[in-house]
Amino acid sequence: MMSSVANHEVTKSGSILSGPSDSRDFPDWFRDQQRAAWKTFESLPSPTRKDQAWRFANVNLLDLAPYNISGPLSEDDRTNVLKYSRGLDQFAGRMIFVNDQLIERDVVSEDLKRRGVVFQPLERAMVEHSDLFRKYFMSTEATLGSAKFAALHQGLVSSGTFLFVPRRVEIEQPIEIFHWLRHDNMSIFPHLLLVTDELAKVTVIEHFRSCNLTAPGFACGVNDLIAGPGAKVTYVCAQDWASNVIALQMNSTTVDHDASAMSLNLHLGGRYSRFESLSRLIGEGGRSDLLAVAVARDQQEFDARTLQDHVSPHTASDLLYKNALDDRARTIFGGLIRVEPHAHFTDAYQKVRNLLLSDDAEANSMPGLEILADNVRCTHGATSGQIDEDELFYLRTRGIPTKVAQRLIVTGFLDEVIHRLNQPAIAEHLHRLIKERFSD
Amino acid sequence: MKTDTTAIDIDRGKGDFFYPEAHVRDAGVGLSERTIHYIADVKEDPDWVREFRLRGLKTFLEKPLPTHWASKDLEAIDFDKIRYYLAPGTEPKRSWEEVPDDIKRTFERLGIPEQERKFLAGVEAQFDSEAVYSNIKKAVGEQGVIFVGSREGLKNYPEIFRKWFGKVIPVADNKFSALNSAVFSGGSFIYVPPGVKVKHPLQAYFRINAENFGQFERTLIIADEGSEVTYMEGCTAPKFNTPTLHSAVVELIALKGAKIQYITVQNWASNVFNLVTKRGLAQENAEVKWIDCNIGSRLTMKYPSVIMKGRKARGEVLSIALANDGQHQDTGAKMIHSADETTSNIISKSISIGKGRATYRGLVHVPKHLKNCKNNTECDALLINATSRTDTYPAITVRGTGNAVQHEASVSQVSAEQIFYMQQRGLTEAQAMSLSVNGFVNDLVRQFPMEYSVELKRLIELEMEGSVG
Repeated sequence: MMSSVANHEVTKSGSILSGPSDSRDFPDWFRDQQRAAWKTFESLPSPTRKDQAWRFANVNLLDLAPYNISGPLSEDDRTNVLKYSRGLDQFAGRMIFVNDQLIERDVVSEDLKRRGVVFQPLERAMVEHSDLFRKYFMSTEATLGSAKFAALHQGLVSSGTFLFVPRRVEIEQPIEIFHWLRHDNMSIFPHLLLVTDELAKVTVIEHFRSCNLTAPGFACGVNDLIAGPGAKVTYVCAQDWASNVIALQMNSTTVDHDASAMSLNLHLGGRYSRFESLSRLIGEGGRSDLLAVAVARDQQEFDARTLQDHVSPHTASDLLYKNALDDRARTIFGGLIRVEPHAHFTDAYQKVRNLLLSDDAEANSMPGLEILADNVRCTHGATSGQIDEDELFYLRTRGIPTKVAQRLIVTGFLDEVIHRLNQPAIAEHLHRLIKERFSD
Repeated sequence: MKTDTTAIDIDRGKGDFFYPEAHVRDAGVGLSERTIHYIADVKEDPDWVREFRLRGLKTFLEKPLPTHWASKDLEAIDFDKIRYYLAPGTEPKRSWEEVPDDIKRTFERLGIPEQERKFLAGVEAQFDSEAVYSNIKKAVGEQGVIFVGSREGLKNYPEIFRKWFGKVIPVADNKFSALNSAVFSGGSFIYVPPGVKVKHPLQAYFRINAENFGQFERTLIIADEGSEVTYMEGCTAPKFNTPTLHSAVVELIALKGAKIQYITVQNWASNVFNLVTKRGLAQENAEVKWIDCNIGSRLTMKYPSVIMKGRKARGEVLSIALANDGQHQDTGAKMIHSADETTSNIISKSISIGKGRATYRGLVHVPKHLKNCKNNTECDALLINATSRTDTYPAITVRGTGNAVQHEASVSQVSAEQIFYMQQRGLTEAQAMSLSVNGFVNDLVRQFPMEYSVELKRLIELEMEGSVG
């Protein structure tokens, strides 16, 4: 595997509220888009709790004034971060970003390149593959509440990953992407644009991490996944920000006919972490699986908003979100299954389960349905409960201390979701992260 | 053993008529402080009620329409074109003989059978905004039960009335409860003394009979310790071409160990905006149960709630909604747990026919440090046609360990095999469909008092007519 370190220079640093920078070497059309997006950002009102899309959310945490755009990284920064960027043992390609600057790119194999796979940083793809890029870049409107933050992202995004998998190409090993926040009060705008053509197959895992376990920071990311006809796309996000990070992530997944998309979001870190996931099923036979696991502790707040949008008839979607809540943590789940007119024969499920481990934890669930077609099968469920005393008692009679027994039960509760991925190597990695989280 | 029961003949077409109005008192069109003073003068309200009304008006004018979450159709209400108060100028009547003939004819057309009147404990019939007729069966009166119009309650029982009035639903609860607080008239006041179990359901019929006229009744029911009462409310209205507004407030108070069951069959004409606030307070070991059927109206927004304030209190909402062409039934339930070991249950079934839209909106709240609270929510929706629509928007907040909350919802349609099977047995497609729909709601309807379940099944059949083929 080849390794190449990008070395473009970043000259500007300063508050994110000063707007898009002109110093970067982007094409004119992209600059225009950024300026327009910035205007949109400035014109849209800040969310309030009265907005249905922000109900229950602690919107006071969304003050952007303290956060800055990073200046150039030192050689020390690069080598240190590189050392800690350990994820999966085997991967087909890898990019590592620190404060939105690419420090390492392990390119895909010559064979895959020859077959037309494109794995490039955003700024290169927008030049070398501008048609494809312009067709899909930020093409889905952020409708789940964060239009303002999507505009902020578009205005300030400076790098990211572009991955194109052509027709019939299957990439066996996962593609790995790291996004690191380094130094206090830094902000990043991670971007992933994944486009798959007919019958292609790919798995991508994104790791979100902080170098310093308590450093405040701000992350506002977008990932757009396009599953072409018959394609199979798996996306995994392993979010483990520092405890003072405010993070927003906006996902949109478009599933064409006979394609299937599966996403799993593991949320462990951050002070406030919001995740919006929009899955659009636009072709018959399409299927989307939305999975998420959150371990919420201390004062953490996880805010998940989802939309399973069935546009075409004969489509299926299945959502399973599980939260384990301890201390004073809060979780919010606002999900909607929408069956558009004429999207008959829809099969849609949605389930959110909250496991409360302390008396101060709070779980909010808003599972929703909007059905505008008939011949559909839609169900949703939401449960909130605590550890079963009998299960705990059973484990203790086997000599397992209460603390350990609790952890076992919680891990077991969360495992169901991770198993659904059916990818042992990734599952093992996620397990390790959850385990580390519990032993903090 | 077999008992003969004649089906109660309710035909929606029969509600489609009206008699000439002869209103003596009329506050004119539109809403201002002048309207409020007029109503307060006519009704000879004590000062505190006048203050209450003015506070209501102020809040109503300040609050925006809740269109950020609710239907934009609310904007179709022209508050300046509504008459907020008019009464036939008659005092509530004591006996049936004293009731004016044309009003009697109205009830006749509504199909309230003679024997039912005898059977029922008391009939509180509201014609426009004043209670025209109220009669409490002797037995109930002897038990010390107070069952009067809200105005009479305010006048004759001020010490009980004032203690609870506006306590469960404050003026500023929402825009429409504020409107009701400003212009309320009519409705029932019921007090059941400690330990008294009212055997027969108390019943009231409401009816709108003035174009552009909103009805703002206010009902307050207090069940003292260990007592039990069932209240039934049913509505039909003649059809008018311009929108009519109905915005009631109903407050229930179940003191220690008491049980209140409140049953509504709502069948307003399809141009009525029915925006109702209903809430019950359950003290220790008490139970508040709402049975709510919504069949009529253009837009109904109604989410009966129970605040479980005492240990082991119980709240229940059983809800059936039927949305046909041009209708939006936006109904649901709210369960606020605020004591240990409280339990609540919500079962909601909705049927969308043609272009009808049924929405379930729910709220379940379990604050922290409560133990052994349980909530169960089930929402099932049935879609009849390809153009039908259904939505579910629950919001569930649970804090702390020691509580169990579950919510489940499903959407389905009548299975083609079922219909095919029944057609094989000689039923027409429409009959088969009707039978299926009745089967869908049957386990809920069975919990209704007999006469209501019969009426309801008939209404569902009528609504299903012409929905297939």
